[in-house]
Amino acid sequence: MLKIDNLHAKVDDKDILKGLNLTVAAGEVHAIMGPNGSGKSTLGHVLAGRPGYTVTAGSARLLGQDLLELDTEHRAHLGLFLAYQYPVEIPGVSNMEFLKASVDAVREHRGDPALDSMSFMKKAREACKAVDLDLAFLKRGVNEGFSGGEKKRNELMQMMLLEPKLCIMDETDSGLDIDALQVVASGINAMRSPDRSIILVTHYQRLLTFIEPDHVHVLSGGRIVKSGDKSLALELEERGYAWLEDVA
Amino acid sequence: MSDFMREALAAAAQRAPAWLEPVQARGRNLWGKTTLPNRKTEAWKYTSLQALQQPFSAPAPQARGAAISEASLPQLDGPTLIFTDGQYRQDLSNTAVPSGLSLVRFGDATAEQAAQISAALGTAVLPGRHVFSPLNDATLVDGVFMAVAADTQLEEPVHIAWLTTGQNESTSITQRLLVCMGPNSQATLVESFANTATGGTAFTNGLTELLLDRGAHLSHYRLHLEQGDVVHIGGVHARQGADSQLHGFHLALGSVLKRIDLVVDHQGSGAHCSMDGLYLPRGTETVDYHTCMEHAVPHCTSRERFRGIIADEATAIFNGRIHIHPEAQKTRAELSNKNLLTSNKAEINTKPELEIYADDVQCAHGATVAQLDPLALHYLRTRGVPRDEAEVMLSYGFINELVEEIGQPVIKAFLKPLLAKRFAHDARLARHIL
Ligand SMILES: Nc1ncnc2c1ncn2[C@@H]1O[C@H](COP(=O)(O)OP(=O)(O)OP(=O)(O)O)[C@@H](O)[C@H]1O
Ligand SMILES: [Mg+2]
Repeated sequence: MLKIDNLHAKVDDKDILKGLNLTVAAGEVHAIMGPNGSGKSTLGHVLAGRPGYTVTAGSARLLGQDLLELDTEHRAHLGLFLAYQYPVEIPGVSNMEFLKASVDAVREHRGDPALDSMSFMKKAREACKAVDLDLAFLKRGVNEGFSGGEKKRNELMQMMLLEPKLCIMDETDSGLDIDALQVVASGINAMRSPDRSIILVTHYQRLLTFIEPDHVHVLSGGRIVKSGDKSLALELEERGYAWLEDVA
Repeated sequence: MSDFMREALAAAAQRAPAWLEPVQARGRNLWGKTTLPNRKTEAWKYTSLQALQQPFSAPAPQARGAAISEASLPQLDGPTLIFTDGQYRQDLSNTAVPSGLSLVRFGDATAEQAAQISAALGTAVLPGRHVFSPLNDATLVDGVFMAVAADTQLEEPVHIAWLTTGQNESTSITQRLLVCMGPNSQATLVESFANTATGGTAFTNGLTELLLDRGAHLSHYRLHLEQGDVVHIGGVHARQGADSQLHGFHLALGSVLKRIDLVVDHQGSGAHCSMDGLYLPRGTETVDYHTCMEHAVPHCTSRERFRGIIADEATAIFNGRIHIHPEAQKTRAELSNKNLLTSNKAEINTKPELEIYADDVQCAHGATVAQLDPLALHYLRTRGVPRDEAEVMLSYGFINELVEEIGQPVIKAFLKPLLAKRFAHDARLARHIL
């Protein structure tokens, strides 16, 4: 699914990713943990092609294709989805028109038939229900004035409608109340499938008790410094990051 | 005096009804003493009158029966007067009016109406506030008088449309509308200006006067849809009586030059004026809105919200003046002007101009200039929306709030696709906005 080799990247003029390697097979769930400022969000942004984030060395391939040479929207068409740690507010653009435009674009490039408004509305309503967001959120501006937790649920709703191949979820669990965490976790679990991979960026082992990862990695100083199975997350919870060699 | 209108002036003098002659004469006299503003004139600092260098002549007296496409105007059911190239078009108009409404052309005015018009015409234009109003007076032949009787509530909007067909070169058109809203009357008025085809040049000198008596409510839409080589210089001058309400919605697509002055004179306590506006020049077009709220008496409110999207190498000017006189205590005045520049070469000159001489007032104003938010653009693209469509969505998003608040459903339904397509070179890019 995803193969990242020796990825180096800088943000503006600062080197952030410094030789990152990561391989994710189809159907797997990987958790990435690591100290604040270690480059976890940067990894997501670099893969999504955010302006200001420059790759200086290395490669990233999604489904065999060179991700880094594609425009941002083509990465999405190929199946990449990044759920933002800080979703962007877009006043004036309704959530509904945003979702319809996204879904139409992605389906068109996948060669799926376009959804008529009735079927789209049905799917949108189902997705709202699955993430426990009131339908009124469809009419509001994209993320405009949404609470932190509502924004995260809105990200998950988009993911459900777009049915991506690779989901990178950047701290989707942060800022959620206890019930919302359950809702979001079961939403993500429902999305697990043999041909979809999920990368969960999280600070909390708690999310991983709901969504069992196949692999857990520690990202520090712009590199993956340790990988293991789900027990690594438990160990980190107990001991923090200081005991790891190489932790910057 | 500039002689770019010499021919039109001479033609007008021969055609007006006799009772209008004093108005014309007064206009000619004043216009003769007027020097055309130039870049050194403060209120015209950013707007060049270069486009008026050529001579303009009066419209041909026989209206040609040009067809107009339904797409160029909102289709409203109420009383409708349509003019093409300055000529009234009986065949396209609907002059059936409900009781309580008078809607007549100056030429058809009864003696009683002529007296009413003569008494009221020009009274809403404050001295020195409209450089081109003497010219409008001097060339005035075919104005429109709308009067709503006291306590009358009109159901259907009144629509007055001025179209340029592009069949004539260098036509000058004098548009004039006088509206008298009786005490506690209510009405909706739509003024549309459009060209039905490109080509041809025209100079429209437009002037609308709104006189709102005590307790009157007027919703006023003024849609400047003209494009291409059309010069429009004009404005709306309103006088509001006590407890009256004026709700204005203004739109200007760009053309070679549009200069529109909106002046509201609060003359009666408790009057409220809200005014929303959009201006959308592109190419090398220029749109210039000058608004002025004269708060002369206590306890009045005004709220202005203007949004501009300026593309390519276009220029926009927004000047918002709020003048609170010493007696106008307890005034609340708000002014917000937001601009989006979609190109590096686009230009906006925005200036609030506050003159406040009363101490117990609330006055809030703000002006912003921004470019498309790169992060918002990127976010949309991470969801698969192509860049060009994302740009259209964000541009439209910038004015969406004001469009959504349009009270007249027909106008809203007419404007939404028109505005969405305005930002899209390909209609497909606007498909998700509709
Ligand atoms: N524009 C920028 N200029 C300079 N440094 C930047 C810029 N943007 C981000 N950084 C830095 O890059 C580093 C990595 O940031 P990133 O957001 O990837 O961290 P993170 O691992 O996601 O942290 P957190 O757990 O707090 O979300 C941080 O030190 C951050 O300050
Ligand atoms: Mg982060």
